[in-house]
Amino acid sequence: MEYEAVIGLETHVQLKTKSKMWCGCANAFGSDPNTNVCPVCLGLPGVLPVANEEALRLTVLTGCLLNCEIPRFAKFDRKNYFYPDSPKNYQVTQYDRPSTSQGWMEFEYDGPEAVNGLARVRITRAHLEEDVGKSTHFDRHSGVDFNRAGVPLLEIVSEPDLRGPEMAYAYLKALTDILHRGGISDCDLEKGMVRCDVNISVRPKGEEKLGAKIEIKNMNSFSGVRRALEYEIPRQIAAVQRGEKLRQETRRWDDVAGITEPMRSKEDAHDYRYFPEPDLMPFAPTDTWLAEIRTRVVELPLARKQRFMQTYALPSGDAEVFRDNRPLADFFEAAVPGARNPKAIANFVINNLQAKLSENLAGTDSVKFSPPDLRALVELIESGQISSKIAQEVFAEMYATGTAPGTIVQQKGLAQVSDTGAIEQLADEVIAANPGPAADFRNGKPAALNFLKGQLMKLSKGKANPALAGEILQRKLS
Amino acid sequence: MLHRLTISELTARLGRREVSAREALQACLDQVDRVDPQVKAFLSIDRTDAQAQADAADQALASGTRHAEKPLLGVPIALKDVLSHRGQPLNCASKILGKYVSPYDATVVSRLKDAGAILFGRLNMDEFAMGSSTENSAYWTSLNPWDTSRIPGGSSGGCAVAVAANEAFATIGSDTGGSIRQPAALCGCVGLKPTYGLVSRYGLVAFASSLDQIGPFTKTVGDATTLMSVLAGHDPRDSTSVPQPVPNYAAALGATSLKGLRLGIVKEFQIGGLDLEVKAATDAAARHLASLGAEIVDVSLPHSDYAAATYYIIAPAEASANLARFDGIRYGARVDGADLMELNSRTRGAGFGAEVKRRVILGTYVLSSGYYDAFYLRAQKVRTLIRQDFLKAFEKVDAILSPTTPTAAFKVGEKSADPLQMYLSDIFTISCNLAGICGLSLPCGYTASPRLPLGLQLLGKPFGEESLFRIAHAYEQSTPWHREVAPLG
Repeated sequence: MEYEAVIGLETHVQLKTKSKMWCGCANAFGSDPNTNVCPVCLGLPGVLPVANEEALRLTVLTGCLLNCEIPRFAKFDRKNYFYPDSPKNYQVTQYDRPSTSQGWMEFEYDGPEAVNGLARVRITRAHLEEDVGKSTHFDRHSGVDFNRAGVPLLEIVSEPDLRGPEMAYAYLKALTDILHRGGISDCDLEKGMVRCDVNISVRPKGEEKLGAKIEIKNMNSFSGVRRALEYEIPRQIAAVQRGEKLRQETRRWDDVAGITEPMRSKEDAHDYRYFPEPDLMPFAPTDTWLAEIRTRVVELPLARKQRFMQTYALPSGDAEVFRDNRPLADFFEAAVPGARNPKAIANFVINNLQAKLSENLAGTDSVKFSPPDLRALVELIESGQISSKIAQEVFAEMYATGTAPGTIVQQKGLAQVSDTGAIEQLADEVIAANPGPAADFRNGKPAALNFLKGQLMKLSKGKANPALAGEILQRKLS
Repeated sequence: MLHRLTISELTARLGRREVSAREALQACLDQVDRVDPQVKAFLSIDRTDAQAQADAADQALASGTRHAEKPLLGVPIALKDVLSHRGQPLNCASKILGKYVSPYDATVVSRLKDAGAILFGRLNMDEFAMGSSTENSAYWTSLNPWDTSRIPGGSSGGCAVAVAANEAFATIGSDTGGSIRQPAALCGCVGLKPTYGLVSRYGLVAFASSLDQIGPFTKTVGDATTLMSVLAGHDPRDSTSVPQPVPNYAAALGATSLKGLRLGIVKEFQIGGLDLEVKAATDAAARHLASLGAEIVDVSLPHSDYAAATYYIIAPAEASANLARFDGIRYGARVDGADLMELNSRTRGAGFGAEVKRRVILGTYVLSSGYYDAFYLRAQKVRTLIRQDFLKAFEKVDAILSPTTPTAAFKVGEKSADPLQMYLSDIFTISCNLAGICGLSLPCGYTASPRLPLGLQLLGKPFGEESLFRIAHAYEQSTPWHREVAPLG
């Protein structure tokens, strides 16, 4: 019998705010232990939390980026459990009325679960909570650093729509890319800004009913998640095949040994005794507040790729360059209005401009000519005023000096020669100077014409209209 | 007899430079030395720090600062041991905080300092404000200055004792289910539980966050208005504090007639077994208020019967989380163990007293999976009904009258063996916190023998403190009760 894995992820992401969730302490990584702390984030007797509004905004902004519903009522709850890194021994989180719910995310993925190279995962919710401190264990004692305690943390819960390690990996990459580009989080894994728990079960393929849900904790990288799944899925399938009945449990990933091991069973599961946080008022976002947040929604890379293919009829390769390079995409979009052939402009942006910029380690803001100048350059080619070859020279000059292409062509006399008389004269010269190839052509070797044409172009310093040159040579030789 | 003055009398003399702040403080300290060994209101006093504050107040007075700017300049005031006062011990009358010293000021402490008060001592209470007699203090039981064989009430027992025994000109306590009004009644002083959200809770060690409010104990209603003008007001550090302007409470003191005011008598409060002297005093107070022009009408609070049950679910539930931070890890006392679990349970086992443990266990239970809906959620729904009862009653009346307590002060040990009996001493005060409204207790007579004070409770609309002050002041000024001094006063 064939089995399939059913996987859901809970991803914790530290929000990019200046201060912590309930107090004014810095939300900063790498400070000396217990230096970014105050009575509030240390949970000293008598303190009260005050919600960081930017964290609430970033949560809703995440909801917008992940196509979530934004309820008009959200609240905070206390999640009760004892652990030394939790200053109050309860964590303030959002239990049954989160700030966002029921969204979805699409990402490029070429596995079997994808349709046209795209996979879609439903997002159950993205809710706001507080991070805890960090324990360090020494030989004979342990220490807790509370710098991280109270840092705003977003928990993004996916539906069990993932089917394998690669898909989970691709999802995490795409999710953190969205959050990073959306300005939600720096998503720096090295700094512990992203942490992930996995929920996984297996079932016979085609079966609707889910198997026993097993949670895996303690992966500290995306490849750790992939490896844990690569271990856990066959383990569960083998167990089921042996006739074993899997039970709901939490397992710990041992990154060194490369295995998961039991941590606690369902019976030992925490009873978190959630109840509404009485120190904070429920939160009811207003229209104005939401509208202000919607102005902060940026276009996501995948959406840009799709739009560029649709709107400008660009091939996917070009669209992917613009997907991954926002400034270049913006430059292109500033050049393209009114253009008959966006692809020609894309070629200049991708091939010429990008090359120059990376050569000079420069950004598009340093470009001396204006985007419409690029369109003008393409129009000079299209109208036959300069050849593609001359256009390269004009572009180099535009990049170096910022001079408009028309001016360059005029000043340097680069305009293409379409004067029949002048070209006929050149043709006569070329035929006279190359009697051999001329004879070859007459004797039925058409390739010889290309050589003669090349000679003519050379003689004209590239300015002769190549099509006209070919025509005239052919007429004179027949 | 300086220590017996009211705040308004004292500030008048300080303003005229007839007495100094140093003398006012010394009068309090002398009285503490005289009577506190008998009544045991104070857990600690930092005399050096207090004298420095008094000297600073005298300097300010000498340089022309007036009480119009700093209404409490030079007035010695003491705090319940549940309020953070920077550099001072904070124990909540518990062992679990060990040698903890508060590193910051509660918002009310900052406000009192800004108003020029001399903050000079930590007052005894029931441990973590859980109790009605101070018998749950981990240190000692405070005693009633009218009869030292009796309790002073609680949880803010030390606050009431210090004012009734004239050891302080006013004290600041907290009220979660009656912890200001009940001891104020039993000791014969004025106590106010402000509307939820009127006074910042920042720096008040939380017992039950949705019920706790800080309020004053004073010798007169007038002094209570002075204190409230300092304590009340929005605080950005407390998300539950209400951003609205504070009225001029002193203006409520002008009227002597209560004409046009309607006062409600609660049908459901006419319980059997109510002490006859308490009933007589409350009835007399109602008649007296009628004689001042108020109209007395009957009101109904249909869900009153459920108030105690509701309270003893919600308050312990919140407390179970609020007290979780006392684990011996970061501050306070620690009893080591082989592992974390053992360290936590040994610390909490040794650090908390029986009543605190009882409520933490109760609160943990009602929040547990499978019980939440039947207990906590249902209690929250009943709480809403109780609030609606009050709001409906207040469509008919300006304030509600009742006894503050079902009996006068009881004997030490009389109820401490039976928690349920003890819980019932808050029967008239509890619903005020559940409804989030305001309540004031003031003296309304005495039992015959022994002579013990009785309290009249006035319950007011949300943010209806002005009405309470107006009624209470008119009553106080036309009755002799507040002029009587406790034998140890």
